[in-house]
Amino acid sequence: MSFKAVVLVGGPQKGTRFRPLSLQLPKPLFPIAGVPLIEHHIDQLCQLSGLSEILLLGFFPTDLFTEFIDRCQKTYRVSIKYLEEPNPLGTAGGLVSFKNTILSGDPDAVFVINADVCGDLPIEDMGAKIDSISGSSMLMLTTEATRQQSINFGSVVTDSNGKVVHYVDKPTTFVSTNISCGVYLMKTEVIRQLDLPLNGDGIWLETDVLPQLAASGNLYALHTTRWWSQTKTAAAVLYANRHYLRLYKKRYAARLCKNGAQIIGDVFIDPSAKVHPTAKIGPNVSIGPNSVIGKGVRIKESIILPEAVIEENACVLQSVIGWRSVVGVWARIEGIPLEPNPNVPFAKMDNKPLFLPDGRLTPSLTILGSDVSVAPETIILNCVVLPYKELTCSYKNQIIL
Amino acid sequence: MQPNNKRHVSLPLTPLSSYHRTLPEMKALILVGGYGTRLRPLTLTQPKPLVEFANKPMMLHQMEALAAVGVDTVVLAVSYRAEQLEAEMTVHADRLGVKLIFSLEEEPLGTAGPLALARKHLEGDDPFFVLNSDVICDFPFKQMVEFHKQHGKEGTIAVTKVEEPSKYGVVVFKEDGKIDDFVEKPQEYVGNKINAGLYIFNSAILDRIPLKPTSIEKEIFPQMAASGNLYAYVLPGFWMDVGQPKDFLKGMSLFLNHVQTTRTEQLATGPNIHGTATIRGSVLVDPSATVGENCVIGPDVVIGPRVQIEGGVRIQHSTILSDSTVGNYSWVSGSIIGRECHIGSWVRMENVCVLGDDVVVKDEVYLNEASVLPHKVIAVNVPSKDIIM
Repeated sequence: MSFKAVVLVGGPQKGTRFRPLSLQLPKPLFPIAGVPLIEHHIDQLCQLSGLSEILLLGFFPTDLFTEFIDRCQKTYRVSIKYLEEPNPLGTAGGLVSFKNTILSGDPDAVFVINADVCGDLPIEDMGAKIDSISGSSMLMLTTEATRQQSINFGSVVTDSNGKVVHYVDKPTTFVSTNISCGVYLMKTEVIRQLDLPLNGDGIWLETDVLPQLAASGNLYALHTTRWWSQTKTAAAVLYANRHYLRLYKKRYAARLCKNGAQIIGDVFIDPSAKVHPTAKIGPNVSIGPNSVIGKGVRIKESIILPEAVIEENACVLQSVIGWRSVVGVWARIEGIPLEPNPNVPFAKMDNKPLFLPDGRLTPSLTILGSDVSVAPETIILNCVVLPYKELTCSYKNQIIL
Repeated sequence: MQPNNKRHVSLPLTPLSSYHRTLPEMKALILVGGYGTRLRPLTLTQPKPLVEFANKPMMLHQMEALAAVGVDTVVLAVSYRAEQLEAEMTVHADRLGVKLIFSLEEEPLGTAGPLALARKHLEGDDPFFVLNSDVICDFPFKQMVEFHKQHGKEGTIAVTKVEEPSKYGVVVFKEDGKIDDFVEKPQEYVGNKINAGLYIFNSAILDRIPLKPTSIEKEIFPQMAASGNLYAYVLPGFWMDVGQPKDFLKGMSLFLNHVQTTRTEQLATGPNIHGTATIRGSVLVDPSATVGENCVIGPDVVIGPRVQIEGGVRIQHSTILSDSTVGNYSWVSGSIIGRECHIGSWVRMENVCVLGDDVVVKDEVYLNEASVLPHKVIAVNVPSKDIIM
């Protein structure tokens, strides 16, 4: 079979819950485990033989993706294009607008992936499965969720053959513990038949396309038990970071750092980063290009973005340090990790609101936006710091505008 | 790095021969009292008078100052028996040539009752001292005695200036020191001097005190003042009641600052302080302690005997008691670390953390306003005020 893939990258109005990490960089390009979020999708798609082209569909200005696309085309030796949607017309609106581009070259089926999911996606299994079911027009990836959490997702009911008999997006009451992963494989006729409603409204996969296909009996599901999650909030990045680092062990073991400092567990350090040998790093840490990690620094469960500086004896735990931010000597940056409940099977990350009902900030990772400086010897605990702030004293449980 | 920055104070136990007996032989009573609960958890494993303040048992600061002005008999008024206290203080008393008497209250007798109980040890022609055991200052006992003899009345109270008199009992007195009145927690300004807990009395006071629970401040002093028999001596220099952790640390800073400015000959560079370590401000390091490379210690730090500070450690406004270790790159501020504690690497402790003896703090833990009882292992953060039982 021949395939194409569409990655729905959204636009600047989307991904606001990812702030302050999306203030200067489109969220799909945010580096996790040293690699932009959507590059993980591109990488996984490229494992599929018969993939001819990847199209990024969104409303960001095209030039934000030019450099990224140039590099990925060279790395993965596949055609990648960015298609800028003129105006937001729903999650399937872009598929309609660029129908001709998507269908040119006459692929048999097209992957459609939401950029804000992450996981160990069984791309090849999906390709093989759609081929094996006669009469299927679309395959969706599903996974298991808890009863409580399932209503926050698209709920999927299937029969014993994997045929979807019912689909409903974010039901108000419990329907099924099977949820949609936001990863679809569509036969070309599905895309060909998509059309915008005459009233000028947009068209949504989750509420328009999928329920209709389920009703027609042509929608099938592939159930996965591999790691899958969403990256809707900034707090989700460390969880995704940990799992992508784990996945490197299978296919990109060389990306994981083994020496140059005291390394614990899975750690990615960009080769251009300067790390002092006495620093103790890991587990689950990603350190970006041209960052500087000083003598006696401790970093655990964190992402250090490009050109950040962590000075001597500082300690960074469960935090994201923004581009070009500077953490002073003996400073401590610490957050509280947000993770799926480890005691509940199939638990997913909760996309918790920023504030608790009583008005307090939900304890979460500490996130320093870009160009933040933290004074020596201070502690920044459970804070979100917006870009270009100079912190001269300690802060706890605050958003620093 | 400036070499004269790297100095630390060493306070050897003063040998007896160096004391000049300037006054006729006098007696003193120290009100030790009970279990020192306010200084817990430090006082769970040793009696409060033995808790080291600036690397010397709290009580020894008073004992040495008393011995220096010729006090030959010290009565310790205790409300419980502590063999450890008796054994250890007897050793110090012998060295100082002081006779030590333990006066045990069967029932709590307040702040005056112990004088009646110890009457037979205090009586005589010479005046005697009475001290609250929690007080740290420069102990200008010689000047106090001179003042006392000069006014010639029954009693002298040392008073000290405070910033916020409204929190204390204020002593109101005339220019010559004669006390007019005591005003407890004044609503409007009447003065800024408070009772410093150091007294000199003539034996006549003993006739005023019954052998029953009595408060010297509330019951005895007002009647003495009314008869014109009580004078206030204004303490020059620093003073602090170090009976609770926050004040213990404040008193430590005042004491170190005082030592640094008045006894410069005791500033020294220890052989166990790494050449790359920086000492800032007033820091007292026991000669047997080690400080690792690239540490920055001070201001206002006391490091006790055999303490090991590893590399890249930052400590300020803190006391580390004997035989403890602080791991690499840790940061300690405004805290008291008990004896034989093990602090891991990249630990942060601040805002009056007090660790009892033999506490282990694991790597990377953050402690904020934590009181930790002895023999505990702390492996998770204490982000806000808490007592770890």
